Amino acid sequence: MKTFWTARRRDTLAGYLFVAPQLAGSALFVFVPLVLVVYYSLHEWNVLAGTFSFIGFSNYSALAEDANLMPVLRATALFSVGLVAINLSLALLLAVLLNQRLRGTAFFRTVFFSPVVVSLVAWTIVWQFLLQDNGGINGALDMAGVDGPNWLRGDTTALISVIAVQTVKNVGLNMVLFLAALQGVPADLYEAARVDGASAWTRFRRITMPMISPTILLTSIITVVGSLQVFAQIAVLTQGGPGTSTTVLVYYLYQQAFQFHHFGYGATLSVLLFGIVAALTVVQWQMRRRWVFHEQ
Amino acid sequence: MRLRAMTAALLLLGVTACGGGGASDGPAELRMTIWSANEAHVKLFDEIAAAYVAAHPDKVSKVTFDPLPFENYTTTLTTQLAGGKGPDLAWLLESAALDFVEAGALVPLDDTLEDPAGLNPAVMKLWQADGKTLAYPFSNSPFGVFINTDLLKQAGQEPPAAGWTWEQAIAAASAVHAKTGKAGLVVRDFDYKGWDNLATVWTGWGANAWSEDGKTCGFDQQPMVDAMTFLHKAIFTDQALPGPGTTADFFAGEAAMTISQISRASLLEDKFAWDLVPLPAGPAGKYSVIGQGGVGVLKQSKNAAAAADFLAYFTNAANSEKLAQFFPPPRTSLLTADTLAKANPKLKPAQLQTVVVDGIANGKVKPSHTGNAELSQAVRASLDPLWRPDADVRTVLTGVCTAINPLLSK
Repeated sequence: MKTFWTARRRDTLAGYLFVAPQLAGSALFVFVPLVLVVYYSLHEWNVLAGTFSFIGFSNYSALAEDANLMPVLRATALFSVGLVAINLSLALLLAVLLNQRLRGTAFFRTVFFSPVVVSLVAWTIVWQFLLQDNGGINGALDMAGVDGPNWLRGDTTALISVIAVQTVKNVGLNMVLFLAALQGVPADLYEAARVDGASAWTRFRRITMPMISPTILLTSIITVVGSLQVFAQIAVLTQGGPGTSTTVLVYYLYQQAFQFHHFGYGATLSVLLFGIVAALTVVQWQMRRRWVFHEQ
Repeated sequence: MRLRAMTAALLLLGVTACGGGGASDGPAELRMTIWSANEAHVKLFDEIAAAYVAAHPDKVSKVTFDPLPFENYTTTLTTQLAGGKGPDLAWLLESAALDFVEAGALVPLDDTLEDPAGLNPAVMKLWQADGKTLAYPFSNSPFGVFINTDLLKQAGQEPPAAGWTWEQAIAAASAVHAKTGKAGLVVRDFDYKGWDNLATVWTGWGANAWSEDGKTCGFDQQPMVDAMTFLHKAIFTDQALPGPGTTADFFAGEAAMTISQISRASLLEDKFAWDLVPLPAGPAGKYSVIGQGGVGVLKQSKNAAAAADFLAYFTNAANSEKLAQFFPPPRTSLLTADTLAKANPKLKPAQLQTVVVDGIANGKVKPSHTGNAELSQAVRASLDPLWRPDADVRTVLTGVCTAINPLLSK
């Protein structure tokens, strides 16, 4: 008689059991809410009156008429582009510097990485004090004879401040990923290039960059997605101001849903955000063949 | 992560919204959300609740007072309601009053409240609709000016006399800043964001954020332009108020004056000599402004009848007198300097008479409107350009009206 539990079936079951916890979590906290958010976006939900009524695609046509949306998308784009550009280039620069065999690199690696493990809100509150008009940064500038701007109250400086606070917080993570990638580049490639008379810049451009391009892809996807989801920094530092200069999409959808009680429209905005994140990720993934080494 | 957290929250709301059964038999357990976690406040509430439960064990078995953080109070409350987990009773800020009253979220209290004729009609207005009382304004706290007389003396300034004016107040504040380096005058909780607190200033010019019916914008009217021009000069030229992005805490001795409610007197320690005086007179004469807190029974509650009965007890004359030590009550009979003095040992009867009793009698409630959070955000964003030294006041204020007119006409 054949047994039901063949080795193959046992392996299959074990495999499913191993992924089950993650799958259950994803289903409960990602897929079901995702469907529900789309469902809510088709409704008008007045919490105070206790009414919940189907309104079709009205919330989606409201997107087109929302005068606040363009400034919000603009602020979101500026924030993301600024953060991704500064974060990735700084992380790569630090990684290259700290990859040298010099005294003290271990110390600096720790210094740059430590903000990653600090509580986000605590980190942001400390920066809020530093960035005040009479705060620590302007105090230091003052000693150097420079009259610093009122960082969080100017349209441009507020956005720059939020980008800087977020960059310093997270640059260490990308730096460590780059460092690991740099250390994986075979030394003999550099030796061969040196023998051929390649300059340091040529070696970096022709050897280092292609060899670490998979990591650049990974970090850029993580950073782009993360930049579109920034919330706590905005809520603590600027509350979207001055004006609407730092009202990014996530903060705006929070305002609509939880402060203005437009839960249906808030859900519509989160569908929009989901669409943007998905589209950008697909584009990055498709473009990888053009420049990522292992994909060629 | 944020998106995930939010969708998770929405999911939970969805799940819980489907839950909730019918009313259970037996005595009810009530929950009241409040924004004060002050131990003395909660202790008094617990005492009143315990006495009620002892007298009505068949109706109510327990009353829980649930303090929510003040900054996000209304947001947290509405999120609980969205999840079908709302409280039975809730404190309501005056700014959110109309949203709750007009959405029909509250149970009428006319048949249960004790001695409704004894309630001051002026302070009840915001909490009534279609002739029905929907919440009880348990706290009617007028704004006054706390003065650090030590700092004024240090700067060679006279303490304010009766009938002082805004010109005098700003001159003294400016002198304090110039001579001591400390802040002159702080409009508490304004911080260049909480603009509704500026009603304590512009009412002196006869200005209003919007018309009585809530349909016409008041920011571009002449009284508001005059008031804001005065304020702008006081901030950027006279340096009588700390500028944007600068903080100064009066109660820590960092400022000479602060506009605040009397309930903040509890923050005063004996670090410096102080006084409490009415708001200075503006070009439109003497005036006062009050901030209110109401308490209502939510229609969503399964125990609405028991909650309304408890609320009637909580706010009857005897308990109102106890609550008066923290919250000036709406009962005319209790609004005397004597009653309030018993409860406020830190304040002198004369201070209570001029600031509190007279203040409530003639007070104007801080601005409130339907759709308040959205409107408030639109005003804040469009008012931001005013807080720069080179701002053109009239242009900015016209911009505020352009931004909020669509919301006012909703």
